[in-house]
Amino acid sequence: MGDTWIARKISLSPRVVFPNKILPFLLVAPQLAITLVFFYWPAGQALYQSMLRQDPFGLRTKFVWFANFRKVLADPAYLNSIKVTVVFSLATAIVAMCVALLLAVMAEKAVRGKGLYRTLLIWPYAVAPAIAGMLWLFLFNPSIGSLAYLLRSLGIAWDPLLNGTHAMILLVSAAAWKQISYNFLFFVAGLQAVPKTLIEAAAMDGAGETKRFWTIVFPLLAPTTFFLLVVNTVYALFDTFGIVHAVTGGGPGKTTETLVYKVYNDGFVNLILGDSAAQSVILMAIVIALTAIQFRYVERKVHYG
Amino acid sequence: MKFFGFAAGIAATLTLLSTTSAFAVTQISWWHAMTGANAEVVAKISKDFNASQSDYELIPVFKGTYPETLNAGIAAFRAGQAPDILQVFDVGTGVMMAAEGAIKPAADVLTSAGMTFDKSQYLPGIVGYYSKPDGTMLSFPYNSSSPILYYNKDIFQKAGLDVNNPPKTWNEVWEAAKKIKTSGAASCGYTSTWLTWIHLENFAAWNDVSWATQQNGLAGGDVELKINAPIFVNHFQALADLAKDGTFKYGGRTSEAKQIFLAGECGIFTESSGGLGDIVKSGMNYGIGQLPYDTDAKGAPQNTTPGGASLWVFGNKSDEEYKGVAAFFAYLSKTDVQEYLHQKSGYLPVTLAAYEATKKSGFYDKNPGRETPILQMTGKAPTDNSKGVRLPNLPQVRDIQNEELEKMLAGQQTAQQALDNAVTRGNAAIKEALEN
Amino acid sequence: MIGQSPLRTFTAHAVLILGILIVAFPIYYTFVASTHTLQTILRPPLPLLPGGQLWNNYSEALFGGIGRIGGVSVGQLLLNTTIMALGVAVGKIFISILSAYAIVFFRFPLRMTFFWLIFITLMLPVEVRILPTYKVMVDLGMIDTYAGLIIPLIASATATLLFRQFFMTIPGELVEAARVDGAGPWRFFFDILLPLSRTNIAALFVILFIYGWTQYLWPLLVTNSNDMNTIVIALRKMVSFADADTEWHLVMVTAMLAIVPPILVVVLMQRWFVRGLVESEK
Repeated sequence: MGDTWIARKISLSPRVVFPNKILPFLLVAPQLAITLVFFYWPAGQALYQSMLRQDPFGLRTKFVWFANFRKVLADPAYLNSIKVTVVFSLATAIVAMCVALLLAVMAEKAVRGKGLYRTLLIWPYAVAPAIAGMLWLFLFNPSIGSLAYLLRSLGIAWDPLLNGTHAMILLVSAAAWKQISYNFLFFVAGLQAVPKTLIEAAAMDGAGETKRFWTIVFPLLAPTTFFLLVVNTVYALFDTFGIVHAVTGGGPGKTTETLVYKVYNDGFVNLILGDSAAQSVILMAIVIALTAIQFRYVERKVHYG
Repeated sequence: MKFFGFAAGIAATLTLLSTTSAFAVTQISWWHAMTGANAEVVAKISKDFNASQSDYELIPVFKGTYPETLNAGIAAFRAGQAPDILQVFDVGTGVMMAAEGAIKPAADVLTSAGMTFDKSQYLPGIVGYYSKPDGTMLSFPYNSSSPILYYNKDIFQKAGLDVNNPPKTWNEVWEAAKKIKTSGAASCGYTSTWLTWIHLENFAAWNDVSWATQQNGLAGGDVELKINAPIFVNHFQALADLAKDGTFKYGGRTSEAKQIFLAGECGIFTESSGGLGDIVKSGMNYGIGQLPYDTDAKGAPQNTTPGGASLWVFGNKSDEEYKGVAAFFAYLSKTDVQEYLHQKSGYLPVTLAAYEATKKSGFYDKNPGRETPILQMTGKAPTDNSKGVRLPNLPQVRDIQNEELEKMLAGQQTAQQALDNAVTRGNAAIKEALEN
Repeated sequence: MIGQSPLRTFTAHAVLILGILIVAFPIYYTFVASTHTLQTILRPPLPLLPGGQLWNNYSEALFGGIGRIGGVSVGQLLLNTTIMALGVAVGKIFISILSAYAIVFFRFPLRMTFFWLIFITLMLPVEVRILPTYKVMVDLGMIDTYAGLIIPLIASATATLLFRQFFMTIPGELVEAARVDGAGPWRFFFDILLPLSRTNIAALFVILFIYGWTQYLWPLLVTNSNDMNTIVIALRKMVSFADADTEWHLVMVTAMLAIVPPILVVVLMQRWFVRGLVESEK
């Protein structure tokens, strides 16, 4: 989570600055050093590894240029995992946001107990993905889960182990669950910022509550919504490894194998290091592209923020 | 970079301190994947070994799940920091064997420390699984288990089945399962853990049919899967048919199905002998039988193969360390240690002496289920089909098999299609792994 | 406020309560499981109400149970996890606020190059580059050290970016005024910038503390000594879906221990946390 929290801010330029020449270098030095050693150096290694065919122990090595990339991109399993990732990310973002928005709107209305509701709703934010996955498994796994048992005794053929759609539903629920708190806080903040006078004016014009929401409140929430959409999608793309790992392990078949999970599975479980490294490099490229897009958006906020 | 120098400096100082203080005692690191009660066993064995002598200190370290432990070992080897001993699960055996330069065969560790290694004292089915084709034992078996059949006596009673006579063949299992379902004694007749290990690998060995060419890969070279032979297809088609109305219930790729059985939802259950502990603790009225066999197979029942994990020793360590490892292996082979391991953890004993001693103590009279896997594994001398399976990429091949079987159980393809696909995709993956 | 009918207020409360039920249920259910006997947990379905084993389970777990399985005392586990979480939070805030300060309030060669170098690292999960990073750790001798647990996790740009965005909203007049008063960059930093950043720092602290607390794969890889284990690792060590007997009642107690401290941090620091989030959002 920490890694996907990016603030949008209005910037005022040009800046007034301090004239020192050496000090700024000293100030950026710690972060730069850590980034170079623990990010760029390993990333460079991954890039090199992506052009190698190697046994797991590194005893036999063959340099193959871009053969691993060609292989990965031609692999139907990889294309499948792109599709899975897109479906999963969008579904997670949408579910997490819709539930959070509904709860936020209701919290705005419920004058009494607002603080208590908020306190009770932000819990899941603090739960480790590895533990969240375990908890969901404990509830919904057909073999272990108590709620799965309940569903079955109600006559619902709940079977995420064989039914890919059920597995996806389970995964999206677990991933969205962890994100609801975060979205809720942002939506509450967004709603508080909507000028009450606007709503009262519309009410006097005779607009119903639903209409007021969709014509006035929702458009004013658009920046928040867009921001959350990006944050949630990125969360679903990259921060859900622990959940996929614990809840479905990519199955049944390959119906829930996301890109990040596939990197792990090919590299860590199947020990095909070259393929896995090539996938990491592709992911890094995606991350950099997404970041650049988001940054553009963040910076452009200057003009209409 | 100042920041780093500082951190690295502290670390270096610490390392220095620890090496000087450990001057008298050689430390032996053992990375393992044991959890729950088995983690306690590891801790106790290590403590007892350390107390039994003063030259070596064994340090057990938990490194996550089996795949995580294997990876931690590999990563450490690549970084020049390999532990002395690494516990590797059965399917990782092929990976370790392919890395000849990285490991030192367990037999060599023992003999170079001046110990004699008498193979005849060990259970042949287990040691054979961890040996090279020429008979050299490569890794030291630590925890071994084999699949057996469990059944719920209360459900059998309700369904009008013979409580003291569990099904012996697969056809009997299917019939009993149907009866459980139709009589309403339970909502499901039969479930199983580990379809790949029980219904493919052990099915082949127990029925003495080939799982793959080259002695199931043990002889090395170009291996091709044979799991789409008619006997497998018939077996899985029967399973798929039973899955349609829930007479057979799928529980997941590994051990998750145990919970369905524990909840009393299914009457019959095949699972590793190591899973007994939970079943005992749940307080269920259970019975145990041998793994069922296929009546179409001529040689059945032959013998089952072990699952579990063994201890691998990394290469390029000092003589002192190897001596320590050898001392530990010798300690592990001691009859009382093996007896403790076997009786406490539910894994099989590695030595015949420990088996005999346990038998004499009357343990099996009280816990009849504990002997079943040993009898299954030692009943007959293994054939080319029943020494176990070995591939450089068995985890990947199992994944492929699971994916195809899941599609079959979901009704998307027939058993023939599933197994044909598993063979085609599996063979391609094996070929690629061999090229690397 | 516009007048609301009682029915609407009722609906709002009903939806909120339903939401809370859904959101808090998994955690509540873990608590329920931690108060039942092993036998009850082993035979699903688990009851919806707490059982009578609260005292027994918790005292067994705390006084020996977790240590017996995990090989380390609960106190040590919680201490390690706290050090790691605090280290990640404080370390990341420290390096980020400095570099953001440099990038916003100074002009120097390569400024934008540095910014981009840091910025690109924004969100690559550690799982994806884990093997090469591990190699670096070994080369630097940082295995089994708190530094090894903490430092690689603070190599990301999130916090830097946040501070940068915040600093850019600080009016130039403030800087000018400070310079007119003869205040150097350090005095400006401590007397003006730091107090202004309070809520941001608090919010970041909460987020990063939780990020550090919840790590799994990384601590598993870079610690060899049991004494360095974190509570999340200890928890995973206790759970076996495979051969071993899992003492689920103790597992559930451990899960509660792993969940409650970060929840307390979020709930107790709620006001700061929310304000920090919200202010940076506006």
